[in-house]
Amino acid sequence: MFSGYIDSLLVILSINVIMAYAAALPLVAGQLNLGAAGFMAVGAYVAAYGSNELGLPIPVAILIGSLVSGVIALVIGVPVLRTSGIYLALATFALGQILVAVFLNLEIVGAAQGYPVFGFIEMPAIALTAIAIVLALFVLSQTRFWLYLTAIKNDPTVCDLFGVEVKNVQLAAFVLGGMLAAIAGGLQAHYLSYIEAQSFGALLSIYTVLFVILGGTQTVVGPLVGAAFFTFLPEVLRAGEEWRYLIFAAFIIGFMVLRPEGMITANMMRRLKAPLRRKGAAA
Amino acid sequence: MLQQLINGLMLGSVYVLVAVAFTLSIGILNFLNFSIPGLFMLGGMISWVLITMGVPPVLSFAIAFLIACVCALVVERLTFSWMKGSEHEVPLVSSLGFLILFEQIFLVYYGSDQQRFPQIIPNTTITLGDLVIGSAQLLGLVLSVAIVIGISRFLKKTRVGRGIRAIAEDTTTAEFLGVNTNRVVPLIFLISGAVAAIGGMLFAVNYNQVSPFMGEEVGFKGISAMIIGGMGSVWGAIAGGLLIGLAEVMSIYFLGSDVVDLSVYGLLLIILMARPQGLFGSAQVREKL
Repeated sequence: MFSGYIDSLLVILSINVIMAYAAALPLVAGQLNLGAAGFMAVGAYVAAYGSNELGLPIPVAILIGSLVSGVIALVIGVPVLRTSGIYLALATFALGQILVAVFLNLEIVGAAQGYPVFGFIEMPAIALTAIAIVLALFVLSQTRFWLYLTAIKNDPTVCDLFGVEVKNVQLAAFVLGGMLAAIAGGLQAHYLSYIEAQSFGALLSIYTVLFVILGGTQTVVGPLVGAAFFTFLPEVLRAGEEWRYLIFAAFIIGFMVLRPEGMITANMMRRLKAPLRRKGAAA
Repeated sequence: MLQQLINGLMLGSVYVLVAVAFTLSIGILNFLNFSIPGLFMLGGMISWVLITMGVPPVLSFAIAFLIACVCALVVERLTFSWMKGSEHEVPLVSSLGFLILFEQIFLVYYGSDQQRFPQIIPNTTITLGDLVIGSAQLLGLVLSVAIVIGISRFLKKTRVGRGIRAIAEDTTTAEFLGVNTNRVVPLIFLISGAVAAIGGMLFAVNYNQVSPFMGEEVGFKGISAMIIGGMGSVWGAIAGGLLIGLAEVMSIYFLGSDVVDLSVYGLLLIILMARPQGLFGSAQVREKL
């Protein structure tokens, strides 16, 4: 139905969107996670091992990858989340590097040679998963949990005083983020049919955070817009060939000068919604 | 074994400079300046470009140094000074933009390959018993320790240095007491950028190679060195840098090159959880990015 180019572009978009929300969940609560790529690697390897060696159906393998990643996030999150601010960001960074280094040395999944994946998922399945995850996050954004997250970002002390279990909420956001990143990893592994530990480097985690901040963390649409923008802008700039990432970098700097709060802000959403609501009231 | 110790210290001396650059920015301004690996790369790459064009080495290094300093000031303008009062992650993101920008400029013109950096300092080696010490590497170690001691003296003894330390305590109070933050903050960026650029030149001279991405790996190790030593502590940066250099060389020697990241970042994670203030850090740096 689609040409190969559009097909792979949509896959990249879906993966980026899932990763954006993986990084956004902790970030909404003010925690900068620079290790998302490590959890993505866990998801990719566990899912691939499950479908390759254990003969599990691909969706089951990906779910198991996500669960394993969640458990790792939970076990490591407890000590790591004792730190905060810049220390937390760097602890997650170290964690991401370690997870990747482990796979780089793990012989049963090919170590540094990479790991071929035999199962294959088509683009529509990946896109549908991404859509489902986005919808789930929109639902989540209407719950008290999301309110707690934004409140913790604004003032953790006051939140604590009002009876919010700050540590537990932060841990939940971190674990959910880890599970989402693993789903993205599992999907990608089964689309590319090959995993290389090196591809989950620190820069991937950092780029993911970039999607989210560029899109804005004030609203739930922000990360989606940021990820879409990051996926399509380099493609649009393809005309400039080797100059495209240069223009891209200049754009990031300029954008942050002019609009540091991200593309989509809470105020903007309110203004967009206002006319709709008025129409509803008249009818 | 002792030879490995020396190799580790030599590698560590490059990390020391990068760690000092990061620690100045974090300790004083609370800003994780991701453009530092970019400035490190500028130091090495610009020197290489000029030297291969036939410019005398000393002049090449001087020009590369000046360009890196100017870039550091541009970074200050566009990431930090216009962003006062914005979200904490914003300067981090735009400094990352600069890292990508610097790398891409060289990528466009010279490609992503490793380039061979010519031998500048005659390769005489000092032999002590079984030990072999390259003259360039010894110079690197001495130079980086000297620079760090110089910075430390400057912060302690001079009027401007005291102003800088006052800003580290509390920017508003420092302003009330007559510290001109509009002058001092660019100065901090300038110093940390200059130190990073010198680090890049030393790396190029010592290891005879440059590439547009040379800053990334070293930058990440430099950040780790800074944390291990204690954020904001200049002496901690020396200890952390040398320690990371040693850990890296020793794990290659004993366990093979594949486990380097595992041991270096494992060390980092353990220290962050057990003693987040680092080996030499005192109180926690304020909660900000």
